[in-house]
Amino acid sequence: MNSNLTGKKYWRSLDELADSPSFRKWLHREFPENASELLDSKSRRTLLKLMAASFGLAGLTSCRRPVEKILPASHGVEGYIPGKPMYYASAFVMNGVASGLLVECHDGRPTKIEGNPKHPYSLGAASAFAQASLLDLYDPDRMQAVYQDGKKTDWEAFTRFAGSHFASLGQGAGLRFLAQPSTSPSLEAVKKHALAKFPQAKWIEYEPVNDDNQRQGAQIAFGQAYDTHYHFDKADVVLSLDADFLGLDSPTILPIKQFSKRRRVESTSAEMNRLYVVESSYTITGAMADHRLRARTADVKELAVELARELGIAAAGLNVLQGTPVPHKKWIAAAARDLQKHKGRAVVVAGPRQPAAVHALVHLINQALGGVGETVTYTQPVKPFQPQVASLKELTSEMAAGKVSTLVILGGNPVYSAPADLDFAANLKKVGVSIYLSQQNDETVAAVKWALPEAHYLETWSDARALDGTATVQQPMIEPLFGGKSAAEVVAVISGYKDQRAYDIVRNYWQRQWGADREKKWRYALHEGFVEGTRSAEAKPSVNAAAVLAELNNVKAPEQGLEVVFRPSAGAYDGRFSNNAWMQEAPEPITKLVWDNAALLSPATAKSMNIETGDLLIIQAQGREVPMPALIQPGHADNCITLSLGYGRTRCGRIGEGVGHNAGLIRTTGGFWYTTANVRKQGGKYQLATTQEHFSMEGRPLVREATLEHYKHHPEFAKHAVEHPPLFSLFQEQDYSKGNQWGMVIDLNTCIGCNACIVACQAENNIPVVGKEQVIRGREMHWIRLDRYYTGDINDPQVVSQPINCQQCENAPCEAVCPVAATVHSPEGLNDMAYNRCIGTRYCLNNCPYKVRRFNFLDYHKGLEEIRKMVHNPDVSVRMRGVMEKCNYCVQRIQEAKIAAKADGRRPIRDGEVKTACQQTCPADAIVFGNINDPESRVAKLKKLETNYGILEELNTKPRTTFTAKLRNPNPELA
Amino acid sequence: MADVAIEPQHDPVNPPLVLGNPTYGDVTNTVSDIVERKTPKKWFIAFGISASLTLLLGAMLGYLVLNGIGVWGNNSPVGWAWDITNFVFWIGIGHAGTLISAILFLFRQKWRTSINRAAEAMTLFAVACAGIFPLFHVGRPWRAYWLFPVPNPELSMWQNFRSPLLWDVFAVSTYATVSALFWYVGLVPDLATIRDRAAARGDKIRKYVFGVLSLGWRGSAKHWKHYEMAYLILAGLSTPLVLSVHTIVSFDFAVSIIPGWHTTIFPPYFVAGAIFSGFAMVMTLMIIARWALNLEHLVTMKHLENMNKVMLATGLIVGYAYATEMFIAWYGGNPYERFAFANRALGPYAWAYWTMVSCNVLVPQLFWFKKLRTNIPVMFVCSLLINVGMWFERFVIIVTSLHRDFLPSSWGYFRPTIVDILTFVGSFGLFLTLFLLFVRFLPMIAISEVKGVMATSKGSAAAH
Repeated sequence: MNSNLTGKKYWRSLDELADSPSFRKWLHREFPENASELLDSKSRRTLLKLMAASFGLAGLTSCRRPVEKILPASHGVEGYIPGKPMYYASAFVMNGVASGLLVECHDGRPTKIEGNPKHPYSLGAASAFAQASLLDLYDPDRMQAVYQDGKKTDWEAFTRFAGSHFASLGQGAGLRFLAQPSTSPSLEAVKKHALAKFPQAKWIEYEPVNDDNQRQGAQIAFGQAYDTHYHFDKADVVLSLDADFLGLDSPTILPIKQFSKRRRVESTSAEMNRLYVVESSYTITGAMADHRLRARTADVKELAVELARELGIAAAGLNVLQGTPVPHKKWIAAAARDLQKHKGRAVVVAGPRQPAAVHALVHLINQALGGVGETVTYTQPVKPFQPQVASLKELTSEMAAGKVSTLVILGGNPVYSAPADLDFAANLKKVGVSIYLSQQNDETVAAVKWALPEAHYLETWSDARALDGTATVQQPMIEPLFGGKSAAEVVAVISGYKDQRAYDIVRNYWQRQWGADREKKWRYALHEGFVEGTRSAEAKPSVNAAAVLAELNNVKAPEQGLEVVFRPSAGAYDGRFSNNAWMQEAPEPITKLVWDNAALLSPATAKSMNIETGDLLIIQAQGREVPMPALIQPGHADNCITLSLGYGRTRCGRIGEGVGHNAGLIRTTGGFWYTTANVRKQGGKYQLATTQEHFSMEGRPLVREATLEHYKHHPEFAKHAVEHPPLFSLFQEQDYSKGNQWGMVIDLNTCIGCNACIVACQAENNIPVVGKEQVIRGREMHWIRLDRYYTGDINDPQVVSQPINCQQCENAPCEAVCPVAATVHSPEGLNDMAYNRCIGTRYCLNNCPYKVRRFNFLDYHKGLEEIRKMVHNPDVSVRMRGVMEKCNYCVQRIQEAKIAAKADGRRPIRDGEVKTACQQTCPADAIVFGNINDPESRVAKLKKLETNYGILEELNTKPRTTFTAKLRNPNPELA
Repeated sequence: MADVAIEPQHDPVNPPLVLGNPTYGDVTNTVSDIVERKTPKKWFIAFGISASLTLLLGAMLGYLVLNGIGVWGNNSPVGWAWDITNFVFWIGIGHAGTLISAILFLFRQKWRTSINRAAEAMTLFAVACAGIFPLFHVGRPWRAYWLFPVPNPELSMWQNFRSPLLWDVFAVSTYATVSALFWYVGLVPDLATIRDRAAARGDKIRKYVFGVLSLGWRGSAKHWKHYEMAYLILAGLSTPLVLSVHTIVSFDFAVSIIPGWHTTIFPPYFVAGAIFSGFAMVMTLMIIARWALNLEHLVTMKHLENMNKVMLATGLIVGYAYATEMFIAWYGGNPYERFAFANRALGPYAWAYWTMVSCNVLVPQLFWFKKLRTNIPVMFVCSLLINVGMWFERFVIIVTSLHRDFLPSSWGYFRPTIVDILTFVGSFGLFLTLFLLFVRFLPMIAISEVKGVMATSKGSAAAH
């Protein structure tokens, strides 16, 4: 820390001036090692030094810098202008898979996460999870100290303990490491060192949402678990077998980027891909489907076999399920013919819930469809295949047998996330020494001997690989707020690795890989956000059809009866985002459920069991049971219940504790993804909060949809959806023909409804989280929302979603009615809010036909911890209660671009120079923003499309946000 | 009013307006005695209850200011709910007073004299109750004064004159001012009566206070001449206000674009509804007052029957407006509007709609029958039901239109909280408290005007 970089030398309280006992106590906490000297009158010099330092630190409480002094801050950072944000590259890791990030930092404080445009798996976009992970950094409920047997201690104590304890382990026979799957090369190096030091130790990796089946399937098909890559941008026809590849089944947003390219239709000559989806629960992938088939998860494999049969694949050997009546034969046959017709341009994907045999069969099908090398490619595995569930099972049996003397758990909260039949918590008690490194103060923390605070990935150095092996160095943006350490650091302490600090571990690892210009390469890697030349080698394996068929022939006919399926949730995922308020309040894309999970079931199944939404059910599977409220989901497969993971936490912090019910209680190794279940009504109701209560468009032309065929013959179908008389305004209309005129086009055809824009907007615009009760009251604050409507039959509807932000009406109904003119039009066509002028009559909210205005009914920022406030974007004011707020096209970003353009010689703002937060992060590039007065801008061109329309234009609101109509590309055979 | 006194008649169609052939002195005594006699116990009981409710109102408003609008049930899309419902309800209640004092005066409706004072007082108190809601319904009530075009360094600009809410500010404040003036001017001769009687009884405080309030009234012919001219001018000024206030209140809705609000029928419909509800409230209060204060001979069945007739007429207008709205929604062919009205009658708030229709359209039909419209228990219950119905009318217009507007994704449902309910109950407390104070301290019947319409001119003109 550099004292000459401090803020003003304020005294912070009267206590401090008076040197009161409470101030001295405070100093104790801040400087434990020297605090006693303070009281000794002889060390006046020390006191003065400390006082100076503490005043210095006072100014720094809001602008902490990385603890590693790579470049002394006193020298200044080149190009750094105080108050201007800096962007640093890093990576977000989910299930061991990295997505490149650019993190916006204000004075050393990360405030916004965006995708790294140069990273092959981000291409500028970031998922809702990646963006929300920022909030975890400032979670006041995080692990903040080292605990030994539940008592607070410090890292030194742990280091001392580790030094003696691990020295006594010898070969490490009873030592086990349980980690989350990682692709970190530097951690791998530390791990290798540890396993070399303790040759009898074992390293187990487990994640409750894992890719065991995929990798096992590749293992069967190819004899080696090659990593499979789908290229949806090259596929004309895609068939998904229970794979939510646009949503939760993909750890990155790349499939959305690729897929949306093939949905973009800007002229009648354009072609569009066709998507078939077979799935049990309604997912956003299913919502994008041109043809969606509802099927129980267990029934998918017979459909896959039927598909293979229709495609004529290894017909002779495929005697499995022969003779069992296959439902939906016509659907499968039509899809098969379509795939066949697009040989080489077709791809089939299977989801992680499907057994390995199905994955193996899919490899065989893809090979037969000739897409290998085009729509599907394979690379050498980033890491060798080790089945996670099986390894964990083995570990717990060792624990149960008392063979594990020391268990080092590196994150992952196994007490909560391990399959219920493994009884991890009970077996953990049989382990002599358990050490747990965790960010969250979770269930496992309560069960271990040593609990260590883990550094957030924005606080420490690490690295990780993307799916194709591309490595990224995770660089910290901020000093660990609570003194956390990385997994590599803890293992380094345990094994006595030569580098002990995360920075040295990572940097030295990479520099060892490089030659003479390693320093340059290191800097380049940090700057670019990935390490060049780290992609895995391509593989051209061929499928061992005999092995696949042998595996398939073991497949039994699916069990009949009610099925229960486990899926990660769109909010908490597997529990890692339980204490993340942004994710808890991000509506599940299809059900629009927030702050809860529920048992999803189809209308027909619910009717047959006399269940209504909100009924509390008891779901029984594998001899275990869990209470769960019912939620009727149109389009859900019959005879099937979907439960999402990550809820019902008993310990994780104030946000997530007691939210929802823990589906993990009935998830076992035998029924890891799905199993048969019984359901009974417990009696009683449970209130679920959804952000949208009405699901029909009521025949209103909001999402205007047509088939590709219809569009080609009637390109202006969307414009003709509404006929209205000539429109006149009561007031003189403003002249919008000059200067920058901001407008937006949202492509409903590519928008998949993934929530990324909602979280981006929340982070960018300091939007408060209101909680379940307030959502039930209808007071959620999101400035952009995803309206989801069902069309068609309630049992098997199609889903459309429509992002709605402020439409920035040129004739804004809200403006005329505000008595204090708190909402007025800017000359650039923005419907501005003057928060300071707003007195909160809510008349504008009433008169807004799009209902995009959000009112601070209560003080939603009340009681926010100081640390939680650090996430706020300083460019956007935090609104007080009683004030109306809404989307303003990220006016702060517009202003920034205008200032830059002005400083740059008063040039006009270039197209694409201003990106709204939602647009910036949209993985489907469905949101386009810009100056509609510039005929060359992308937004102006899109506005000229025949399919462009504004909703409720017949009210003469003249919305600046318009939509490109939605198209579907159904197979004429199935129409 | 002496110049328009009529000759005594014994006409069964037009029964006398004052019964029992009292003398002028009897009238003065009866009315003044209410003010002068020892405060009865039942007044204290009633006052205790209503003052407690007023305190409740204060507590609820305090709680609201401390915590925010979120303590009410308002939400998105229902930005206005009980707050504005109560506002329009109370403003509507106030309409009877001005109508009786101004319009009926101009139309020489003699029967108004027994009830106009109380009705005018009621107007003022209702406007006071109404005023609370728009001021406290804003998100930042400490900034509510920004609604007024007063020099304001923080706002540093004019208000938005396009906003109907601003028109409301002018309409309601004008209405409150003119009503107060009208009421006060009408009071002056009677205040002087009380002053003189206090002087005669040696009640110094009352003599002093009423001496100040009666502005030196001596009852000379010149005073009467000026007084009657002033009264006539004020009546003329108030008359357009009867129409304008509720017209402008209805603009809050009619000027918006929300289906169910955006209709041109609102101004006449609101005015009729306001008079309807105002008369119902006057009826409720007068039935209680004439019973409690033994004023049956001054507030006669004829008065009550006439008021019932007005209610029947305005009730029919209101019913006609409901039917027209429905018809136009269908005939107009606007799908959003069609839906809004179908949703009113058949949607989740259908119970409110049908409560409104039953109370406002069906209940007044009883008044076609003379037997029923001259039956005190019947008219009392009817007047209460009409008040309930008129409250629901505003609730239906505001909440059912808002809760399902253009985009079905934003549809919601409004449920009141306990704070909503107690605030409304508390506003009745304020209203009743003010009314009880009025009854206790001021002549609740216009002594001088009643004398002018008495069927007899015999006896002494005690004070005048």
